[in-house]
Amino acid sequence: MFKKIGFRLIFVVALTSLVIIGVYAYFNVKSQSSSSISEVERHANQLGETVISSTRFDMMLNQRDRIQQTINSIGTQPQIRDVRIINKDGEIIYSSDSININKMVDKQAESCYACHAEDKPLEHISITERTRIFRVHPDSNRLIGIITPIYNEKSCWNADCHAHPQNQKVLGVLDVSISLAEIDKAIVTREWEIVIFAIIAIIAVGLLIAFFVRHWVSNPVHDLLNATQQVSQGNLNYAIKDLGDNEIGKLGESFNNMTKKLSEARMQLFQSDKMASLGRLAAGVAHEINNPLTGVLTYSSFLLKRTKDNPELQEDLKVIVRETLRSREIVKSLLDFARQSVPKKSIADINEIIEKSIGVIEKQLSIKKIKIVKQSENNLPRITVDSNQMQQVFINLFVNASDAISKDGGTITVITKQISLSPFGVAQIKKAACPKRHSLIDNEFKIDGLPALKVKVVSNGKEGIVHLDPVYGKHRNHFDLGFDVSTEAKFVCPDCNSSIVQQDKLCPQCAAPVLSFEISGQGVYEVCSSENSNWEKWDFVDSAGLKEFIEIKISDTGCGITKDDLPKIFEPFFSTKGQKGTGLGLAVIWGIIDNHNGTITVESEEGKGTNFIIRLPLTPQK
Amino acid sequence: MSNPSDILVIDDEQVIIDAVVKICKLENYTVDAALTVKTAIEKISKNYYSIVVCDIMMPDGDGFQILDQLQNKNIDSALIMMTGYSTVENAVNSLYQGAVDFIPKPFTVDELLSSVFRANKYQEIKKKQEELSRKNIGHSLLYVSCPAKYLRLGYTSWMLQEIDGSVLIGLCDLFLKTIESVKEIEFLSAEEEIAQGVSCVTVKSADDRTHKILSPVSGRIIEVNQNLKLNLNLIEKDPYFEGWIYRVIPNDIGYEIKNLVPYSSDRL
Repeated sequence: MFKKIGFRLIFVVALTSLVIIGVYAYFNVKSQSSSSISEVERHANQLGETVISSTRFDMMLNQRDRIQQTINSIGTQPQIRDVRIINKDGEIIYSSDSININKMVDKQAESCYACHAEDKPLEHISITERTRIFRVHPDSNRLIGIITPIYNEKSCWNADCHAHPQNQKVLGVLDVSISLAEIDKAIVTREWEIVIFAIIAIIAVGLLIAFFVRHWVSNPVHDLLNATQQVSQGNLNYAIKDLGDNEIGKLGESFNNMTKKLSEARMQLFQSDKMASLGRLAAGVAHEINNPLTGVLTYSSFLLKRTKDNPELQEDLKVIVRETLRSREIVKSLLDFARQSVPKKSIADINEIIEKSIGVIEKQLSIKKIKIVKQSENNLPRITVDSNQMQQVFINLFVNASDAISKDGGTITVITKQISLSPFGVAQIKKAACPKRHSLIDNEFKIDGLPALKVKVVSNGKEGIVHLDPVYGKHRNHFDLGFDVSTEAKFVCPDCNSSIVQQDKLCPQCAAPVLSFEISGQGVYEVCSSENSNWEKWDFVDSAGLKEFIEIKISDTGCGITKDDLPKIFEPFFSTKGQKGTGLGLAVIWGIIDNHNGTITVESEEGKGTNFIIRLPLTPQK
Repeated sequence: MSNPSDILVIDDEQVIIDAVVKICKLENYTVDAALTVKTAIEKISKNYYSIVVCDIMMPDGDGFQILDQLQNKNIDSALIMMTGYSTVENAVNSLYQGAVDFIPKPFTVDELLSSVFRANKYQEIKKKQEELSRKNIGHSLLYVSCPAKYLRLGYTSWMLQEIDGSVLIGLCDLFLKTIESVKEIEFLSAEEEIAQGVSCVTVKSADDRTHKILSPVSGRIIEVNQNLKLNLNLIEKDPYFEGWIYRVIPNDIGYEIKNLVPYSSDRL
């Protein structure tokens, strides 16, 4: 149980609140008790003063009974434990507790020590030094004792009794002891209150955390765990339900995305694997079947030759020969599919191949009232392909599309374009040098945490440093120069002032000069020098990771493919055309595209049409 | 050595051997057979066969081994390759290495017979030519070999690359001699695609045999020789110039040229 996040969180929070409440309570109780005690102290001091002033007159008259009576009556108050008047010799002359009268007090005792520490007693000390807190027995309540000195006054030494000489400063002291039982009780109550408060607070916080942890963490994590188990058992179609918009929700989304991608990759791999094994199987079957077929064909054609005088037999034999020849064609196409040979690639224009393919079947299409619409991106780069195989692909797809379109006619749309898929936007420039091999990486200036490229700009006599984004494709360049860059501006290395503008080349987007950087071992990185253009090019990266593709999308307005059939269409011998087809067309297409390191995918909606999307990687041309 | 046969057929399947034997008997050839490459090599070294018909893929080896054996031992048997696993590469490659013909399985009686017929004729012509050169009778040649810069596929068809990049293709004179006389030619039409090692023209000879001619290059036909269509005699009179068949835009000539025999090998 302690391994659960929720429990650990509760434990940590409880411990923290315990410490906070404890520290708070300690200081709170302490300050409260000290303020209560000082209150009592003040009260005792006042009481002392009151006693002294109320007995003053009786002292003067030396009416000892009355003084004793006053002290007694004060001493009867519940909190007051003892009121004593001690003369300068240390004799208790008045006390609310009559047993103590006439007893001597030790001047070295703690209560007297404040004044009598030195040989000559002090005459004036502060209230705190006159106060002491003590216990009579270790078990008894705490007491506070306060000693108030009784000073000599003019009326004392002028009094008729002449009991005190004028040079004496302190005549004696009044000692009042007050019980602290009430205050101690209040402090204990307070302490208990705080303990109970702490317990309640911890329980409440714990419950609250438990609830939210369960709601925000435990349940989603449980779902995630369940999902990972599902995936590990091979169920890649398992999707986590929406887990909200917090981090765990995002994790769930990302998890779903991952499994989706994984399942696609697995499908592709599975397909590829299946095709390869089917290819081997087909080749094996074709090879094995060709020998018996040879027997049939040779013997039947042999018979055909020998029975020229028997027209009835000839007719039947001709059927055998004809059908055997048909089998031969089927086996041949099977071998075409199975052939694992590397395509004979050469550089070609994909649009031209498509035009050629359209040309071949244009007549067929026009008879069926099918319009063919072509939208191709201009300046599509040429691509290394086996033109014959690619033409076979397109013709096959067009024929399939036209078969899917009803008698009323329809449209086949072919769209070609160049697309880039990431690593663009990810690759980082780590080393860049000027023509004289000075590093242009600025470790002082970072863009999104990565050291930027620095370039000195000299424009109209002003100089400044421009920082370029080291991530290829992100283009978060910093042009904060404080002046406009003129068209004649120079872009140079900050160390040696050698130009880093590429000769004979302008940005294809805005015709501004192009900066070029030597990337050690990774070719040349080019970027437009204008702040407003985002043209940049790094051939090495472009070519290395197959990031550029030509996409060919062939859409028809035909009957579409049912959901059940969709996963099977690339399998050999799968055909919806019955006797008309061999079911090898799309399997052959798949094999050809795969041999070109490309991908072919299909989207279809029944009754609306089908899209085939082919992506061929663009490789650098030598 | 006693009673040597005309033809040796090599195949691991008895039914194929039987079929070939039966078919060849139609034209009165005597046929010997071998079921393995090993026995075939033994038989070749013991006896002389004018024609060897051989399956490319066999359990204990391949047809190219037989081809090597014949060449190493300087035996001038004409080799016809046949295979069930008929890839164009195999076909073209065997022709490049010296086989006279290639027939993909399954084949018909006529296909085999016309191939054997041509091989037999080929041997006859070669022998006569040897005799002539031995006797050193003038410069009389029984056939005209390819002119300079021509490339040929086996001894059947030739190609010539023209300055504009297009390629002319036609039939070798030796091949025409083996079929004796041309009665009919079945052309493909312009805009059609042809592939190296795949039949591109069908020729019917006077004795009603049909001969399928394998194309030396892959590409798209842009022109068919109209003069030849009107006058079939051109191909026999002037097979290398006026008697060309197609003008082709080649697809991948750089690659395919490696499988073609250059003219220089004819000028000994």
